[in-house]
Amino acid sequence: MTLPEAAGLALAFVARLVTGAQGHWHGSTPKAEQRIYFANHQSHFDWVLIWAALPHDLRAVTRPIAARDYWTATPLKHWITREIFNAVYVSRQRAKDGSGEDEDPLEPLMEALRHGDSLVIFPEGTRGHAAEPAPFKSGLFALAEAFPDVQLIPTWIDNVQRVMPKGEVVPVPILCAVVFGAPIALAGGEDRRAFLDRARAAVMALRGVV
Amino acid sequence: MGQLRALTVSQQVGLLFVVLFGLLALVTIVAFGRSLRNLSPAQTAQRERFAIELRALWLGALLFWVSWASGPLGSTLLFGFVSFFALREFVTLTHTRRADHRALLLAFFVILPMQYVLVGTSLLNAFTVFIPVYVFFAIPVISALANDPFRFLERTAKIQWGITVTVYGMSHAPALLLLDLPGYHERGAFLVLFLVLVVVAAQLGQEYASRRLRRRPVARAISRSFSWRAFGAGAGAAAIVGVLLYWVTPFKPLAALAMGAIAGAAGTLGEFVMMALKRDAGVRNLRGGSSVTGAVGLLDRVAPLCFAAPVFFHSVRGYFGI
Repeated sequence: MTLPEAAGLALAFVARLVTGAQGHWHGSTPKAEQRIYFANHQSHFDWVLIWAALPHDLRAVTRPIAARDYWTATPLKHWITREIFNAVYVSRQRAKDGSGEDEDPLEPLMEALRHGDSLVIFPEGTRGHAAEPAPFKSGLFALAEAFPDVQLIPTWIDNVQRVMPKGEVVPVPILCAVVFGAPIALAGGEDRRAFLDRARAAVMALRGVV
Repeated sequence: MGQLRALTVSQQVGLLFVVLFGLLALVTIVAFGRSLRNLSPAQTAQRERFAIELRALWLGALLFWVSWASGPLGSTLLFGFVSFFALREFVTLTHTRRADHRALLLAFFVILPMQYVLVGTSLLNAFTVFIPVYVFFAIPVISALANDPFRFLERTAKIQWGITVTVYGMSHAPALLLLDLPGYHERGAFLVLFLVLVVVAAQLGQEYASRRLRRRPVARAISRSFSWRAFGAGAGAAAIVGVLLYWVTPFKPLAALAMGAIAGAAGTLGEFVMMALKRDAGVRNLRGGSSVTGAVGLLDRVAPLCFAAPVFFHSVRGYFGI
């Protein structure tokens, strides 16, 4: 076993010890199909929780999105995101490259999907602390349009804001659940806003399930 | 049973092993035989529930046996981890706020390990006063420093109560190893086993009686199965198991009967209290399955022990006047 694998197992163990990290599958099953999981976002812990709730063999092919400027700032952060999680790095600002053209911030995600990997995205764009998730940003729509064959799985993370509220660094042990719902798909000719609202409703509909 | 008392420690341990796991194996075989018959859907559902309970019992018995047989460190660690999981479930069920974060961290990562270290190092006095005195003082201070007056008393009271039940109460089970009873050196572990077995017997007795007797529940809004008759049956079952086990205890038969009844009664009432708490938290499904955020029901199973252990511990001390 390599060091990153061992560190990953240790991290998953800690996540389970602290939160239980129970995965509940309602409408989909844990299968090795190419998928985009989209979830509500309330804490830095969200990704680890989804990752720990997935079965072991799916963890290797499911990748998070990490902000390049923050997660490559120190060697440790870079190592964790690159070696353990195999994160997809994105730039937060639209940087002008040499030719003077905009680099599409979704390009790294598209690249990963072309490569056959699954992704976890938080379409709210930022961590919320309200009871309901904020309106979804349009990235999910663009990915759904470009990759109609990839399953879109709505995911609800329950209770995690109590584990680690914004501004705290040590998590409190409280049981959390991750609910994976039935896949949704972009309907032919569906409007962008309508699709994003439908996706958000699909995530929120999983609240009452556990 | 007088000659059983004369056996050496390892002979008694072996005998208990055969009896305990023999009984479990017998129940499992009978249950399997019954499952082969044609059953109505309702009966099948009941059988499945029973099978889940039985599996939990096997797991619990094996885990307990391994740690019990591995000596004081093993049992202290086991009860420490059980405390941790029970407290985790308790905190999940209560509605804490952001401002409670530091107090909860203190509870999980300082108070809980500290209490079990005190148990492990045989500091009997410190172990008895640490939570009722020092923690009782520290928790509201930490909470107040978080600068949130909203329902302050309620929040701190809940945290203190949760710690008292799941950490303080539970830690009295391995603390039985500390007691230096006359003519009972190196055998404190048998008291732990005695306590666990009589509490389990009380649970099973009460459960069985409440299914069979169908008496009027005492407090319908809290539990539909708790009646005084069923409670009596539970305490009675604990007393019988207590007498049957008297040869591993430092008690005379009659005292073993009384101790069994006391621990069993305390455990059954503790479970009843825990049911009230779960009703308050809005959990319908009291046993097994996934309920609030997948709480696994460990708290239900260990709550009787949390309530019975301190009562039993101090009853033993009182009986021997130490």
